[in-house]
Amino acid sequence: MKSYNLRSLPVVRAVLLFCLFFSLCFTSTKLMAQTELKLRQAPGDTTQLRLPEHFSAIVIADLKAKARHLVVTEQGLIYVKLAKPVNGEGIIVLKLGKDGAAGKIGGFGNYGGTGIYLKNGYLYASSNSEVFRYKLNEENEVINPEQPERIITGLIKGRQHETKSLVLDNGGNIYVNIGSPLNSCQQNDRQRGSMGIPGCPLLDSAGGIWQFRADKPDQSYGQGARYATGLRNVVGLDWNQENNTLYVMQHGRDQLHDIFPQYYDEKTSSLLPAECMYMVHKGDDAGFPFIYYDQFKKAKMLAPEYGGDGKKQVHDKYIDPVVAFPGHMAPNGLLFYTGNMFPDRYKNGAFIAFHGSWNRSPEPQGGYMVAFVPFKNGRPSGDWEVFADNFSELSGSDLMSPRQAKYRPCGLALGPDGALYVTDDVKGRIFKIVYGK
Amino acid sequence: MRKQILGTFVIFIFAFEFYTAGRLPGITQGAINGVLSDSTESFVRGKALYKSHCMSCHQFDGGGVDNLNPPLIQTPYVLGSKTGLINIVLKGFKERVDIDGNSYSNNMPPLNYLTDQQIADVLTYVRNDFSNKAALIKASDVKRLRGGR
Repeated sequence: MKSYNLRSLPVVRAVLLFCLFFSLCFTSTKLMAQTELKLRQAPGDTTQLRLPEHFSAIVIADLKAKARHLVVTEQGLIYVKLAKPVNGEGIIVLKLGKDGAAGKIGGFGNYGGTGIYLKNGYLYASSNSEVFRYKLNEENEVINPEQPERIITGLIKGRQHETKSLVLDNGGNIYVNIGSPLNSCQQNDRQRGSMGIPGCPLLDSAGGIWQFRADKPDQSYGQGARYATGLRNVVGLDWNQENNTLYVMQHGRDQLHDIFPQYYDEKTSSLLPAECMYMVHKGDDAGFPFIYYDQFKKAKMLAPEYGGDGKKQVHDKYIDPVVAFPGHMAPNGLLFYTGNMFPDRYKNGAFIAFHGSWNRSPEPQGGYMVAFVPFKNGRPSGDWEVFADNFSELSGSDLMSPRQAKYRPCGLALGPDGALYVTDDVKGRIFKIVYGK
Repeated sequence: MRKQILGTFVIFIFAFEFYTAGRLPGITQGAINGVLSDSTESFVRGKALYKSHCMSCHQFDGGGVDNLNPPLIQTPYVLGSKTGLINIVLKGFKERVDIDGNSYSNNMPPLNYLTDQQIADVLTYVRNDFSNKAALIKASDVKRLRGGR
């Protein structure tokens, strides 16, 4: 090996780095201008998003807060739920102006959280352990923001997967996810080689979807029902109006390689298990933590914590996903498109906002985009595809860690004109995606 | 012509930075005349251990993951007392941490299956990369704490 004087090396490197920076400054302005032009899809687009032909996007707000889920009213009011309140406001109210931008007109709800939903004259919003509802007037404005009704309380909130997403059906019920406080129900969470807790008793109060009445105060586990179990953590969920059924996107388990390196190499572990969309009926069990889904084998696999080895399959008992995406992409938003602006093939199809992965290293990270799956009568009628990409503003192989991503998609909402809204929880950017020839 | 010269220059710098990257110790006691000191060797071994035992959560740049895994860049947990830091690796860490207004609350398992020397190496590395600079950790420091449990 060649010898170096390591004392002077840092100085030499620093000088050269400075030169590099300086020379790049001269060339970058021109390069950037070219890139920007190439990425833009349509006149009037003010984002760097990559979209299908004839779609374009604008930025309607930069909230500088962790914007999670959102709803848009018929009148153009936008309610955004923040993961952490800013100046005592965990729900931000925006109004769309004529120029397309949205201005803040209010804020309330001094609690952080993710879930927000609009139904039957009420705005529903969640903290990480409770659900509140706010009565709306005919203009869909909150009448008394300081005095919501607390309809659900006392839900388990772990130090991971603690957010509560929610959706309502057409029969007066509300559905809330309660995420598993553990990655894979090991005796020692995330510890190499640690086996699963027999029977995984945490499923009694977490790792599933709970159903409550939408209009009763202070319900907790005793008043609700475990609607579906074996779901590790659901952030994106929606009620499909076409077949009147609940659909959820599960965040699959992390770190197969880190925990069981004898069965999974790093590359395999970066893509497994699948991030699954499930159609959920009452009493369904999706199998967490006992199984996971392998999208390559198209099979349910016994989890290594419960005796699996990357090869043993499971055939009974647990429901199959309706769509299986690559692993770790973190689906945070699900929306069935019922608007009229987009072309016919989008009607009733599913948009999924993928927040983006963190545990694929040493492979590049993935996700950071909005995907689309065409649907017919509640079943996928084609393969999934990337719909809106480049939220990270980095090329795929350069994205090694989520901190590098400029924006991370989280919530989805449909506007009254059929536009698709997407939140980002890094900078609080809200994108509006429209179609027009 | 100017463009080509500039391009060659940029490529040269990249090549040099890349070539020397693995040889940068980040700790002051470097190698003299090609002989790597103990601390530099510990750093190099620690870097390899970091990749296989720490990187998937704390990330390639030590930057961590928002809401989940805390960063290792210039935080008191990394730069502060050796005892505290060694104990995190030996016993795991299950507390919610607030750093620069962000919360991190994922569970860190104990990595007590690593040897005293491996823990010393990886912590010496973590304390001297990611723009950190702190005293190295010796296997004897780890041994004392492991035994004292």
